[in-house]
Amino acid sequence: MKQFTSNPFYKFILFPVGQIVAFAVGASLVLSLLTVLLAYIFRANITDFDLVERVLLILPQVVINGLTIGFVYSTIALGYTMVYGVLEFINFSHSEIFMVGGIVGVELMAYFDHTGALQTMNQYVVIALAIILGMIISGSLAVTVERIAYKPLRGAPRLVPLISAIGMSFFLQDAVRLILSLTTGEFNVILPQFGTFDKFLVLAVPGIEAPLRFQIKNLLLVGVAVLMLVGLNYLVNGTKIGKAIRAVAQDRPSASLMGINVNMIISVTFLIGGALGGAAGVLFALKATKLDPFVGFFPGLKAFTAAVLGGIGNLTGALLGGLILGLLESFSASYLSTFTSGAFGAEYKDIFAFAILILVLILRPSGLLGQTVGQKA
Amino acid sequence: MGKLLELTNVHSYYGHIHALKGISLYVNEGEIVSLIGSNGAGKSSTLRTISGMIHAREGKVLLDQKDITHTEAHMVVSMGVGHVPEGRGIFPKLTVQENLDMGAFTVNDPKLIKERMELVFELFPRLKERITQFGGTLSGGEQQMLAIGRGLMLNPRILMLDEPSMGLAPVLVDVIFDTIKRLNEQGTTILLVEQNALMALSIAHRGYVLQTGSIVLTDDAAKLKKNEMVQKTYLGID
Repeated sequence: MKQFTSNPFYKFILFPVGQIVAFAVGASLVLSLLTVLLAYIFRANITDFDLVERVLLILPQVVINGLTIGFVYSTIALGYTMVYGVLEFINFSHSEIFMVGGIVGVELMAYFDHTGALQTMNQYVVIALAIILGMIISGSLAVTVERIAYKPLRGAPRLVPLISAIGMSFFLQDAVRLILSLTTGEFNVILPQFGTFDKFLVLAVPGIEAPLRFQIKNLLLVGVAVLMLVGLNYLVNGTKIGKAIRAVAQDRPSASLMGINVNMIISVTFLIGGALGGAAGVLFALKATKLDPFVGFFPGLKAFTAAVLGGIGNLTGALLGGLILGLLESFSASYLSTFTSGAFGAEYKDIFAFAILILVLILRPSGLLGQTVGQKA
Repeated sequence: MGKLLELTNVHSYYGHIHALKGISLYVNEGEIVSLIGSNGAGKSSTLRTISGMIHAREGKVLLDQKDITHTEAHMVVSMGVGHVPEGRGIFPKLTVQENLDMGAFTVNDPKLIKERMELVFELFPRLKERITQFGGTLSGGEQQMLAIGRGLMLNPRILMLDEPSMGLAPVLVDVIFDTIKRLNEQGTTILLVEQNALMALSIAHRGYVLQTGSIVLTDDAAKLKKNEMVQKTYLGID
């Protein structure tokens, strides 16, 4: 068994993928069961239609949508949680790093559209290029922001860099707005139409009335996100640089006594977090199709909530938190009006995300998978 | 036997606090040199100044005639200065193996790393039994072994140990001091900071006595042990 668990294929592919599948299936099952249970309880109150039947009819689709957005939240949340793990500092400008990634990706696709190359290129190559460019730009932006706005404040009380991060967040929003309005005259960027991303893969499952419909872009989004998560797991647990990141997170002075360049490792952490945020931005753009400089705020805040829900500083926690939050959002958006006979609509879905944040902070401040800080002898 | 490490008139500060007030000392290659003194005398600050965790405002730190006064800590380490800090500073959520790997962070030769690892396990067989355990789950004595072992992974030219006997049972203190002596016999130069002055002076070649940031006395260890002031203040002999 020991030999099996130290096998690299198991450690870096099978285990993380298994974990992701387990989290996705587990969280979906729990929420689905809860919803069905609620449907049975409230069945008698609603006479117009059979509540349970209505709930079950769209349930598979709701789960699929929830997982899709959940993976985006997870990918963003990892950026928050990595930086927190190393610096114990909430990088509130991460939502803008995410937004920049999305806008850069869309602008690249718009450029291809403009030159006419978009319709002739393989659609997956276009997406891959957009994601790579988004990762590069967001990653370097995150490193630059750290150098300018956080590094000089490293010895300061903890509130000071936090305020600097919030300031940086507003600065980036307006800087992007300025650049966009100077170059295109508009604040919005719109994803050009191309390829077959909006089409559905329809899967008829016997026993389920409505066939499962997977939108191709959603499948792509989940696929890319899983790839990122597995890659990150390998980077953090399987490489020397990853070990150094963990060492710096646990004890900075000791890490420097090992010969680790702490400033370099902090930059690398921002680079990785920023690149993940940038990739998430491009994926989000595929789903949202229209971006503006303020689009990062809500996904950023929700990803932060996901990170806290999972246990901030804990990478696995960020993954789980993101999935739960995405599912919750999808469930509440789809079922709120069904359960309340239309009194509350989908626009109230965010109440759940932030109610969760408050509940977690009250009941389990260390998060679902968070542990009390390991004893330093 | 040249001077491996030399401090001349070093002044160090923590903010406005003047911690080291003109420390001058040297360590020859192959020696064990011990710094003794009471709490707050500046022993740890001296080590921290050498390893670059704080930088001297005045004076010079020379390693092999090379000025390292303002060199960053991670660079000093790569020049072969191992520093086992007070309180051990092991990584609680890395395994014993990973902690040792971190000690060899600046070493790029896998063969050398393997050799050093074998040496560490030979010195501290207990660590080999605990190899997959998290550092934070080890007992105090095992953590100290890990901290020293980790310092050795670097194959340091000079190993600086800060209070290696602190908080350990007497039987473990003996083990640690035997190990230090053995390492020195195998060629590692050692700069040792200890509250346990008697033990420190028993294995050291030379010693320095620090008081409130200054060196008040230096001599061969054997002579220091017989010095009246040292006996009275640090050895508890009237």
